[in-house]
Amino acid sequence: AAPVQVQLVVPMTVVFGPGSVPGDLPRPLPFRDVQEMEISVNLRTSVTSRYEMRYRSTTGQEEAALAAATAREADAALHPLQDATLGSLTIYVVPETSSLLPQGIHVYVGKHRSALVRAGGSLAALRARLREVTQVMSFTASSIAAALSHRVPDGQLGPDARRDLKSSLGYEITFSLLNPDPKSHTVDWDIEGAVNRYVKPVLDKLSLVANFSVDSQILYYAMLGVTPRYDKESSSFLLSAHSLPHVINPVEARLGSSAASLYPVLNFLLYVPERSHSPLYIQDKDGAPVRTNAFHSPRWGGIMVYNVEAPASPQASLPLHVDVDMARVMEVFLAQLRLLFGLSREEVPAEFLLEGPGNEGLADWELDHLLWAHTVENIATVSTTLTSLAQLLDKIGNIVIKDDVASEVYRAVASVQSAVTKLSLGHLHAAFQASKEAVTSSERAFFDPSLLHLLYFPDDQKFAIYIPLFLPMAVPILLSLAKIVRETRLRKKEPTKMD
Amino acid sequence: GRADAGRERRDAFREELLLSPLPTGDVAATFQFRTRWDADLQRGAVSHYRLFPKALGRLVAALGVRELHLALTQGFWRTRYWGQPPLQAPAGAELWVWFQPAVTDVDKAWKELSNILSGIFCASLNFIDSTNTVIPTASFKPLGLANGTDHHLLRYAVLPREVVCTENLTPWKKLLPCGSKAGLAVLLKAERLFHSSYHSQAVHIRPVCRDASCLAVSWELRQTLTVVFDFFSSGQGKKDWSLFKMFSRTLTDTCPLASQSKVYVDISPKNKEKELLEVSPPPTSLHEAVVQGDKKTYAVYDLLSPSLFNTSRSLNVQLKWKRPQDSSEMPIPTLHAQRYVGGYGLQTGEICTLIYNTHPYRAFPVILLETVPWYLRLYVHTLTIITKGKENKPSYIHYQPAQDRRRPHLLEMLIQLPANSVTKITIQFERALLKWTEYPPDPNHGFYVGSSVLSALVPSVIAMKDMDVEQSPLFTSLFPSSDGSSYFVRLYTEPLLVNLPTPDFSMPYNVICLTCTVVAVCYGSFYNLLTRTFHVEEPSRGGLAKRLANVIRKFRGVPPL
Repeated sequence: AAPVQVQLVVPMTVVFGPGSVPGDLPRPLPFRDVQEMEISVNLRTSVTSRYEMRYRSTTGQEEAALAAATAREADAALHPLQDATLGSLTIYVVPETSSLLPQGIHVYVGKHRSALVRAGGSLAALRARLREVTQVMSFTASSIAAALSHRVPDGQLGPDARRDLKSSLGYEITFSLLNPDPKSHTVDWDIEGAVNRYVKPVLDKLSLVANFSVDSQILYYAMLGVTPRYDKESSSFLLSAHSLPHVINPVEARLGSSAASLYPVLNFLLYVPERSHSPLYIQDKDGAPVRTNAFHSPRWGGIMVYNVEAPASPQASLPLHVDVDMARVMEVFLAQLRLLFGLSREEVPAEFLLEGPGNEGLADWELDHLLWAHTVENIATVSTTLTSLAQLLDKIGNIVIKDDVASEVYRAVASVQSAVTKLSLGHLHAAFQASKEAVTSSERAFFDPSLLHLLYFPDDQKFAIYIPLFLPMAVPILLSLAKIVRETRLRKKEPTKMD
Repeated sequence: GRADAGRERRDAFREELLLSPLPTGDVAATFQFRTRWDADLQRGAVSHYRLFPKALGRLVAALGVRELHLALTQGFWRTRYWGQPPLQAPAGAELWVWFQPAVTDVDKAWKELSNILSGIFCASLNFIDSTNTVIPTASFKPLGLANGTDHHLLRYAVLPREVVCTENLTPWKKLLPCGSKAGLAVLLKAERLFHSSYHSQAVHIRPVCRDASCLAVSWELRQTLTVVFDFFSSGQGKKDWSLFKMFSRTLTDTCPLASQSKVYVDISPKNKEKELLEVSPPPTSLHEAVVQGDKKTYAVYDLLSPSLFNTSRSLNVQLKWKRPQDSSEMPIPTLHAQRYVGGYGLQTGEICTLIYNTHPYRAFPVILLETVPWYLRLYVHTLTIITKGKENKPSYIHYQPAQDRRRPHLLEMLIQLPANSVTKITIQFERALLKWTEYPPDPNHGFYVGSSVLSALVPSVIAMKDMDVEQSPLFTSLFPSSDGSSYFVRLYTEPLLVNLPTPDFSMPYNVICLTCTVVAVCYGSFYNLLTRTFHVEEPSRGGLAKRLANVIRKFRGVPPL
């Protein structure tokens, strides 16, 4: 792959509350400091992160806000006082003994772009905590490595690294209700209301990252690809973890591809098992039932099994009418959506307290997290695309590059350069926009139909046409060569006969 | 229906099968599946699909389609012998689409639409381009709700070469809410459907009035499939048939999502005699209607009525003829047509179309649409229309000449057909020479010219009643009915197969080989001339005598000369 060198600059403000300034500060407040970190992906890709920290003490307003009773209230009060640009961080240092944070918690991450940190006694301890906070709130080495996963050699990545969706200009989200047994179940789901209530706030927030379209469908007689196993003890049916990969294929044929757009599709399937196979439970690798009765498939979507309670009397008339509890379903689907976007909250250290994202489903810093990763991924993608285009041109010399293709390539290069510059200036949003433009231009150049047309006239066919000419012409040349060889041999044998 | 158990549904699904014995002894089976959705497919809005297939809904919404009609057909409907079809389609693939007035670049949307449809239906619709697309001005009016008929929003294309097979049927079946798992669709088995004389499957999407007041729009998807089975030749001369004989399956259950599921069998008595046919099991009810100018009686099996499946577990409709049918009494349809290529040689030719009006006393006009590819260069001055020996002047002509490699010829005419007459339309053409890369594989097979389209309001012999569109059988209600005295018919003629002057494709290679050999021979002798060394050889005199003498001297033991 082509060399990629990116410097990610995170503008940070560290605000010391009253009584939290460590004794061993090198300089009096305010001052500036820079910390750099190298993220190694492979030999040709180097990503350095640079935290530009500004240390200062609190203003009067901030002091008043920090005097709130709980961390949540303090966070809400501090929000209007902060730098709201994307990618920036504000960290408030509170005294080690502050009662603002609960017992045992050192770091509180709010809903926006700020965190509260206990001072921790010495500057070194504070610095270690600051590093942890900034990594959680912006990017970690592993999140950048996951974004550059196609450049990382196999085997060096964790199993989850390829779970995240590829960066794209848009995504299509499809919710499908699978009812394999419409004779026994009439299933109703208020998907319209659920999308408006649960999904739309998240997507409104994510609209900065990509375009989203949402639709839903109900598919009847759509079966899973695996016959579940009957378990006598629990008198239920079980889907074991190792059979899950086979579940999706037959269903996918019915889902209907998104013929009308080129964006990747995220499928969320709600499966109401047929009456002869209910209740149906998913087992994890250890054989224990999965609590949510759902599983996700990397870069594809998720499936949830929704069991219908058996009627009280066996004589109840069919079909049974089922109203899906959308809150329960959407909770699972939204968690899967977050997973697919790499916004898992599981890898956070124990002494961290993260404020719930609330109704929006996504905190501001999580959005930044996504933007950092996608920007880096976009830059790497553009570099790969343009490199393979160049390689193609090197390989096949007679490809014609039209002016419009050339201008797309120039535009892609200019945009990607501007994205790299913006990143090193700490302008995350502008960098992301530039990287998006670069991807669009480079893909348009690479997939231009004019680049394909001439590929289909390989050199061996040209040679085949010239064979009738070359072959008879070669005959006298070869014969005379043979003759020369024969004569020189003769001459060597009888050198005396020369005169 | 049963599907209304929950909250009020905004979509409904109806299915029906029409079985009609044809005068020749063949049997036609027409399936119609109708999905109606009381929603407006707005652009870009979030949409939630239930019965309406998402793939088509998204297409309509994304590309601003107002009306879409796609038909994939194998074989040719012989109107003269089989009578008026419920819905005919030309051989190959036919696509016509009305776009919304808001669509600014219709050509781009049309190109995109045909590409997407070719993906959905696995058909070669992506070969639709400007060389086979026309914009008819009069023949294709919107069938659904429309305000304004600016024909620049219309595109029409036919691919007569397209072969229809299983891979087209499978995605078509997948669009049905019940798939092929339940209801009438279980009969749709490819191995029987394609073992037939005629197979035509179609998709029609159009906006319709939601209710009588017509204040809101509903979208209607109509999937139709027509097959004609030839039993007379394969069934040892017996014309008796049954569902099992036709589809090798019987009906066992209904689609639980259908609000109507019916089988109609055409048992109309011919020539007002007693009925010749006997159907079993006894039908649920009888339905009488005037369809396409004919009084018809249908035996109806309502699959949703509980009594039907009570007596037996499956429904196998059987039909027996009480006595042999007299084939000379074959009714001739009021309007039918045929077309052929005349002329000889590979330079010029002539397209002849014969249109028959067999109505005893009424004349009526017909719109003829001809689309001819650019490589047949029409001579418009040779266009002659002759009825009963006299020239018949069309009251409307729209002609758009072809441009080489750009667009086809389009000829639309409104012709008055006098009562009981044959109208002959001829036009001469010259065959163009194509570039050698433009020939398709197997060019000696010939080049197809799509069917010409006849649209007419045919006067009915019997007065028709105004029916409630919602309640009447589906096969009667796609075309708008104007008044009781006439009915709309659209007919397609045979596609033509024209031979173009075809070069010997191995010729370039032969020429290359020959010239190369000549060049190589010249080169070889020239090379020899340049590289050989020449010695002057002493002429040996008396060669043979000397050798003989030497032989003798050898025998004698004397050294040779």
